[in-house]
Amino acid sequence: MATMNMVQALNLALREEMERDKDVIVLGEDVGKDGGVFRVTEGLYSHFGAERVVDTPLAETGIVGAAVGMAAYGLKPVVEIQFMGFIYAAIDQICSHAARIRARSRGRFTASLVIRTPYGGGVKALEHHSESTEALFCQMPGMKVVVPSSPRIAKGLLHSAIRDPDPVIFLEPTRLYRMIKEDVPEIDYTVPLGKARIVQEGKDVTVVAWGSMLQRTMQSVEGFSAEVIDLMTLSPFDEETVLQSVKKTGRVVIVHEAPSNCGLGAELSATIAEFAMLHLKAPIIRVTSYDVVLPLPKLEDYYLPTVTRIRKAIEMTLQY
Amino acid sequence: MPEQILESYQVKRLDILDEKGTLDDSLAPSLADSELMRMYDLSILARTFDQRAISLQREGRLGTYPSIMGLEASQIGSALAAEESDWLFPTFRESGVYIAKGLPLDMIFQYWAGDERGMKIPDTMNVFPLAIPVGTQIAHAVGTAMAIKYRKDRAAALVYFGDGGSSRGDFHEGLNMAGVFQLPILFLCQNNQWAISVPREHQTASKTIAQKAIAYGFEGIQVDGNDIFAVFKATRAALEKAKKGGGPTLIECFTYRMGDHTTSDDASRYRTKDEIEKWKARDPILRLRLYLEKKGLLKEAYQEEVQARSKAAVDEAQKKAEKAQPPDPRDMFTYSSASLSQRQARQIKDF
Repeated sequence: MATMNMVQALNLALREEMERDKDVIVLGEDVGKDGGVFRVTEGLYSHFGAERVVDTPLAETGIVGAAVGMAAYGLKPVVEIQFMGFIYAAIDQICSHAARIRARSRGRFTASLVIRTPYGGGVKALEHHSESTEALFCQMPGMKVVVPSSPRIAKGLLHSAIRDPDPVIFLEPTRLYRMIKEDVPEIDYTVPLGKARIVQEGKDVTVVAWGSMLQRTMQSVEGFSAEVIDLMTLSPFDEETVLQSVKKTGRVVIVHEAPSNCGLGAELSATIAEFAMLHLKAPIIRVTSYDVVLPLPKLEDYYLPTVTRIRKAIEMTLQY
Repeated sequence: MPEQILESYQVKRLDILDEKGTLDDSLAPSLADSELMRMYDLSILARTFDQRAISLQREGRLGTYPSIMGLEASQIGSALAAEESDWLFPTFRESGVYIAKGLPLDMIFQYWAGDERGMKIPDTMNVFPLAIPVGTQIAHAVGTAMAIKYRKDRAAALVYFGDGGSSRGDFHEGLNMAGVFQLPILFLCQNNQWAISVPREHQTASKTIAQKAIAYGFEGIQVDGNDIFAVFKATRAALEKAKKGGGPTLIECFTYRMGDHTTSDDASRYRTKDEIEKWKARDPILRLRLYLEKKGLLKEAYQEEVQARSKAAVDEAQKKAEKAQPPDPRDMFTYSSASLSQRQARQIKDF
């Protein structure tokens, strides 16, 4: 056990995976000597060499497309896209190829690859550096979308993502990179994909969150008997765990930092309505960022869900 | 201070077999008679297949199909120049490549009839499923070339695209990356003069597509794309260079799409008859036939035999494709990912 932050935990996971399997290759912009702009790949270049920690030209489409070709040949590429706001150039490769190659080749080729990218707001970053567009990728069958919420979870999820036979978008909440420190086992452990975890049990309301909103949710539930679910894998999400909890509590609050319109909260709400409607004692409430263009840092705190807004939503559903 | 010339360049063009079937012996690749006949046989087979595919589409028995007529030399010449260990990345207009590599014809029919099983390339064949989004396969080939280099395998990647594809960012990112990493890869552009209705000169102001390689730090060459020997020779040389660590090459096959863009297109809206007539005289199969006749390798009886054999093969493939059991709807789920999600497990019960 060692105390570490999420950057250190992710770095350790990468290092262990590269030690374990020489097919694991890290590639992206500035991942080599610089160790990545957030230092997640720090030290990997000097340890594993330029052949396995590849500083690429600045070309998101090319990087992800190349990863598809590498994976088809049998390697396990772990791509870093510097910020989620820059991933859009690669969407063609993600949606048209990485997500589809298994189906369109009837299993002859697969894209066992991971695309890691820092995402989300709350760090007073530049324009295009605080995006939370996870729902875009949840709409692509064939892709998995994973978001860790703590250092220990991050390490276990990254191990699973790298070993997964299908492509995984691995979204790292920038705000949590260095915010939380916790004990992380320095052994090989995995957190399974496709499974949510119940962070705390409760009986009056279910609160679903992920990434940095989980931490904010935990600050908001004091004084309530709230069952908090960390979704961890956004696609495909763990319907069973969510529905089971809703059937128990009868009340739901969903918290995410993407805007509400067509956000994952909408899909969660629809699923709950479809399969647990008669267990509900109150309408489902979503606490999300506003449906506006993501503002620069001066207004960021008004944009993102706050503890006050989350508490208010919980109170509303309890008083309904 | 005087201005300096930092770089100057030349663009080469290779022609070996002219329209009349006359060969430049000094440049011709060394090919056994059996190899020459194989080129001819495959060209006839590819054209027979192509014409049948168009007919089947007209009868409503096949979906939209992109004809390769006129591109047989570029496709068959290059595919035959590749070794089994090499990896090929075709576009949607590459029936000739698949036929030369030996993908069963019934599978090609099956794919164009809307059945993914046709693109389940046999494990023994290092060929990717065709790519429909233009130019996107370039990056895949670059990644495979990176993997080949990493594993130190004796192989190279060969990626196909067209003049339209050369306008895309994928082309720039792919060629740039290949140059930076000196990858074992051949970029083969079939410049067929038209990207649907937009002519080559609207794709780029460059005089040739071949010269674009120079900006990426490697060699580019234009070849007569209707000359199977020029295509074969340039492809073989580029792949060998790649496998010896000599880095990438761009080959521009200067050719012509004799048919419509696809069966949904009407090229008479944007091309003149004169232009098509001019290119008919340059037909890649015509000149190969003239050459082989002059060489005494192609008797009339043999020509008839090849036609009959090709027709029989296409008949049989069509029959096999049309008789195939329809795909299992559960395949949609089986091949979307390695295991079913909770939701998919529920949905698959509909079937």
